[in-house]
Amino acid sequence: MVGVVIVSHSQTLAEGVVELAKLMASDANIVAAGGLEGGAPGTSFQKIYDAVEKVYSDDGVAILMDMGSAVMTTEMVIEAMEGRKIKMLDGPIVEGGVVVALEASLGTPLEELQEKVDEARDTKKLDN
Amino acid sequence: MITNSQMIDILKAIAAKIIEEKDFLTELDNEIGDGDHGINMARGFGAVVEKLEGMADKDIGSLLKTTGMTLVSTVGGASGPLYGTAFMKAGAVLKDKNEMDANDLVAAMEAAIGGIQMRGKATTGEKTMLDALCPAYDALKAGVEAGEDLKVALTKAVEAAEKGVEYTKTIAATKGRASYVGDRSIGHQDPGATSSLYILKVLLANV
Repeated sequence: MVGVVIVSHSQTLAEGVVELAKLMASDANIVAAGGLEGGAPGTSFQKIYDAVEKVYSDDGVAILMDMGSAVMTTEMVIEAMEGRKIKMLDGPIVEGGVVVALEASLGTPLEELQEKVDEARDTKKLDN
Repeated sequence: MITNSQMIDILKAIAAKIIEEKDFLTELDNEIGDGDHGINMARGFGAVVEKLEGMADKDIGSLLKTTGMTLVSTVGGASGPLYGTAFMKAGAVLKDKNEMDANDLVAAMEAAIGGIQMRGKATTGEKTMLDALCPAYDALKAGVEAGEDLKVALTKAVEAAEKGVEYTKTIAATKGRASYVGDRSIGHQDPGATSSLYILKVLLANV
């Protein structure tokens, strides 16, 4: 099963996304990497690195990030873990996190997850 | 010529300057961003000073690489990966060197700017640190190539960076968190460009 990491500047937001995703996919291998060590707002290289290690398997790891340094720091983690099967996904972390956790728990491979996130992003919540 | 022990002094002086200006940098960031630039940079450079202890015998490349890696690990905001990549790229250029000359500085700064552009997918005119660093680099390179003394060339580089910081007041942010503020960011100087100017000023004061 693909592992999933949620990266946010906010520890509570990242943990909230994991909480929400687990409602749909209780057996998903998903963890939060939000905030700095100690919980202050920001993104932590070490927290993201450790989270990827925690959920890593041969199936790989998908990462969803909020913005700015979350994206850049994740990039640097992936560079530091060169050769491993890790992919950043582009999309909203709440809807994307739920969809990716569900798809991963159902056995969807890493290569197909971006497409699922794109679908989640394009799904309108209102008719108008 | 800058030796490795001078580089340690320069890095410590940069840290002192950033920590001194912490509140001002945060105030600038409050206007157009998420208000953490000064706090983040002070935390990062504080950690750099700690890491530099016991590195007196290391070459300049290692000092800069360690500085970059420490910033990436401790800053927590966008300036972490950006300055982190910049220092790591500069460190790669100066690998194994125990002293550097003006040409080395030009090469290191070119690599540092390249790293920021790559990491931030940014260019000049977007109200970022590049608006201070790129004109400074151009001035430094022109001065060094014309055979000017390093101090003279760096003085011109600092002047160019000062103009660059002023220029950031006239443009809207299109990169980073400040891009959400859009045209309302006009009139405010960019905190990243400002911290870049501080770094160049400290370098000038210590060569």
